[in-house]
Formats: sequence, C-alpha cells, structure tokens
Amino acid sequence: MTRFPLALAFVALATLPLWMPGTYYVNIASQILFYAIFALGVNVLAGYAGLVSLGHAGLFGIAAYAGAKAITAGYGHSVVAVIALATTLVTAAVFAALALRGTGLGFVMITVALGQIVWGVAYRWISITNGDNGITITGRPFPFGLSLASPRGFYWATLVVFLLALASMAVFVASPFGASLQGTRDQPRRMNALGYHVWMIRFLAFLFSGFWSGVAGLLYLYYNQFVSPQMVALTASAEALLMVISGGTATLLGPIVGAVLVVVMKNVASAYIERWNFVLGAIFVVIVVFMPDGLVPGTVRVARWARSALGRA
Amino acid sequence: MTALAVSDLAKSFGGLRVTSGVSLAVEPGERRLIIGPNGAGKTTLFNLITGELKPDRGAIALFDRDITRVPSRRRFHLGIARTYQIITLFPRETLLRNVTLSLLGLSRLRWNPLVPLGRQHALAARAREVLARVGLDHLAERPLAQTSYGERRRVEVAMALAQNPRVLLLDEPFAGLSIEERRDVLRLVTGIPRDVTIVMIEHDMDVALDFAERITVLHFGEVVVEGTRAEVVAHPRTKEIYLGE
Repeated sequence: MTRFPLALAFVALATLPLWMPGTYYVNIASQILFYAIFALGVNVLAGYAGLVSLGHAGLFGIAAYAGAKAITAGYGHSVVAVIALATTLVTAAVFAALALRGTGLGFVMITVALGQIVWGVAYRWISITNGDNGITITGRPFPFGLSLASPRGFYWATLVVFLLALASMAVFVASPFGASLQGTRDQPRRMNALGYHVWMIRFLAFLFSGFWSGVAGLLYLYYNQFVSPQMVALTASAEALLMVISGGTATLLGPIVGAVLVVVMKNVASAYIERWNFVLGAIFVVIVVFMPDGLVPGTVRVARWARSALGRA
Repeated sequence: MTALAVSDLAKSFGGLRVTSGVSLAVEPGERRLIIGPNGAGKTTLFNLITGELKPDRGAIALFDRDITRVPSRRRFHLGIARTYQIITLFPRETLLRNVTLSLLGLSRLRWNPLVPLGRQHALAARAREVLARVGLDHLAERPLAQTSYGERRRVEVAMALAQNPRVLLLDEPFAGLSIEERRDVLRLVTGIPRDVTIVMIEHDMDVALDFAERITVLHFGEVVVEGTRAEVVAHPRTKEIYLGE
C-alpha cells in the first residue's frame, strides 16, 4: 500500500525539471534536496540518538570551506570531495569527543560553542577564509559526463545523492546498530547493563550524522559557488534543527518535509511577504501547538483519526 | 572458588558513606538475600558490583577474576546480569524488541548497520523462548507501555535471563506487586537453574525468606549480620535493625 505513493513520489521527483515551469523552481528544488540531506544528518543525532546538536552548521560549513580551499588550490573535483568529506569527518570526530562528555543540555551547549568556534574562524581568520567576503569558486563538476552547470543537471545529481542519503538512513534505522542507537536514547543505563558501549555507539552515530551534513555542505558549495560565514552561523544550525523538529524527529520523512517548509518559505514566501520570517515563526508556533511531534507524525495521527471517524459515520 | 567476592568495598557521596568496608563471598549456585532498611546501601552495592558506580576503595572478583577495573559494560559480557528496582525498560517497544535488545547486547551483530534487524529470525526465536520462560510469549508483539506492572517486572527478569548470566543480581523483584504477582515472580525466580548464582535485594521478608539460603543484613552501609537463614532470623541485631523491635 505504501509502495504506490513512494513510486509516484519518485517519478515526480525524477521528472521534476521536465514539468516544473522555469529554472527558478528547479533551483529551489535542488536547495530543498541538499537541505533535506543536511536535516537527515541532523536527525540521526536529534531524532534517533536523542542528542540535540546546535553546532551542525559547523560541519555543514567546514565541508564547504574545505571544498572551496581545495578547488582554489586546483585539485580535481573527486579529490575535492574526498578532502571536504575527510575534513568534515575529522571535525565531527573532534566535535563528538568533546560534546559527548555531556548529554541533554550539556551536549547542546558544547555543540553551540563548537559551532561558534568554526564561525569565528570563518569570520575572523581572514588569511584562510577571506572573512566576511567569503570564497568564490568557479565551475561545477562533470561526473560521468553529466554537466552540473545547468540547473537540471545539478538537480538530477543532487537527487541521486539525496536518494542515497535517504536509503542509507532507511537501512541504518532498521539495522541492529540503529536499534542500539535508539536504545541509548531511551534507556542509556539499561543499554550499558545489556553490554552495549553507549559512548561508542553515540560517537559513531555522530560521524554518520556529520558525514551527511558534510555531503550537504559540499552540494551547497557547488550550488552557490560561494561560501561565507553566514553558512556556519548559529542561525543555520537552528534552521536545520527546526526542519527536523517541524517535520518530525526520528522519522525518515520528517526532515524532508521540514526542509521543504523552510526552503519554500525562505525563497517563495519572501518574494510576496517582506516579513517572511514572521510567517515562518507563526507556522512553527502552529506546528508546535497542534502537532508537537511534528508534521509527519501529526498528519499520520490526523489521517488515522479521520479514517476511524469516517468508518463510524 | 567463589562466584562473587567483594572485599572491603567503600563508597561515599560527599560526606555520606553509603558503603563502608563491605565484604561478601557468594558461592557458585548460592541464593543470597540482602536485606536492610531504606538507605542501607543495598542498591549502591549492586551498582558498585556492576561498575555503574566506581568504588572509592575495595575489590570485586567474579569467579576469582578481579573485575574492579573492568569497564561496567564489559562486566555484563563476563556473566553478570541485573534487574532494576525502578523498571528500566523500553516502553515504546514491544516485549519481543525489549528482549531482542538484551540478546543483541552480547552479540557482535549489535554493531551491524547494514542488515535489517526485523529479518534476524534466529534472534527473534530466541527472544520468544526467553519470553516463554517468564510466561509472556503470548504478549510478545505488545508494546511494553500497554502491559501491566506485574508483567513489566517479569520482563525485567527476562531481560537479565536473556543475557545467560552466571551471576544474577535481582534488585527488589517483588516491589509493588500484588500477592498473586509475587507468587508468579517467585516461581519464576525459584525455577532458575542452579548454574546461575543469585543475589537478591528484597524488602518483603515473607516472600524472600523462603528463597534465601544465606542472608546478609546491611545497615548504614555496613554488613551487620551474615549467616544462614535461621542464624540471621534468630540474631538479635536483625530484629533490632530490620524488624525494629
């Protein structure tokens, strides 16, 4: 029963550049996809590990900065990708080693601090990061003969990466390791008493989360061909977290729905309403009040209620 | 050989000495009862044995192997299992998933991020066997949150049994149960084979006395009386401290 809507969604996504009017909307779809990858990465920790990170823009951004530096240094795009993701993983390992000294509020505060350090370096260490002016790159890669220079090409490439990210999440969540991670969220003490290495499970989950945040950051870099401290600001971390929370934590579709909501509001609504941030805030308030567990679980609940109400009538 | 040997164990929280110089030796297969008033340091002793708390001094040995410096999680791989006085389970998961997590904890499979857990039929079959041992196999697919308190107590025991322990620490397994439920849990605990050594903390003397072979009385973190059931029951200090006479 769930196969059909999934197949339909896949066909709609795969053919989107063919029926979407104008490249402007294709570009917005690309943005939604890489922000969704970022949100999926954040969800590994915020949702499945119960560890709320407010420093993930640091990982998202460091991939872009490392990528931009590597491109400027003249490396080929596959080497750039390796450098960017390796840098992200090493940074994620350092973040995890420090932040996992705490859980709950302690974890949140350490991730905020770490994110702000990255932001500080991006903003102030001008000789490396070019400060507020950011780094501009030219050219997108040509993987397997597909030019990413056009909006369509870029969209399809991002879609492939997005589907890989989503598939990896689906496999991960259903796996024994995914079950272990969710166990450490719900009953860390019992998990230890069952012989699980709670710290190591969280550490590895942090790396997995960081990896996809880095992939999303690299896509951001290629999309904008520009990286600036704005990308690693605290508000960027909060935005990713809002995507996860508004869509539904610890769900596969929630972060994607959240990414759609935020990116659409940012780009489309801002064209019509000057104070679009106000509208976005109001939407979040409505979500928190009426669907505190997020849009996806909330909608499922409403649909179930409607079905049983119809059945009774 | 002793199954569990604790020597001169001490632990303070700030100025409060919760365990001071406790020594215990539990023989293989023995049924040991630990009693004492509230705040006597009974649960703290369990937490020290399992490594969930670090002792200030003293040593712990499991089958003559010193485990004082072994990390807590490793001790459960060496044959210790425990239950919690306050139910510590996974409320959103089914009983089957709860026990599966227990089995998985001692298996290398727990690190595998690629295969679906739902397809591990051998693991699920073993989890059902464990649930059958505690008489809950008919509720295997039910979320824990929808079970009764008495059933959850039995799941607590099932979680520990699934770990196939050599030394089983039961922390007030009868707490909060009705008389009937107590009898069920007692039957369950009595039915555990003799190759499992059992140390039990219990307030309910009526149920626990029948079970125990040797009894240790703790008071203010110290072992006050220790001996066979008859010796301890007859001891004047027991009556004074525990029964308040």
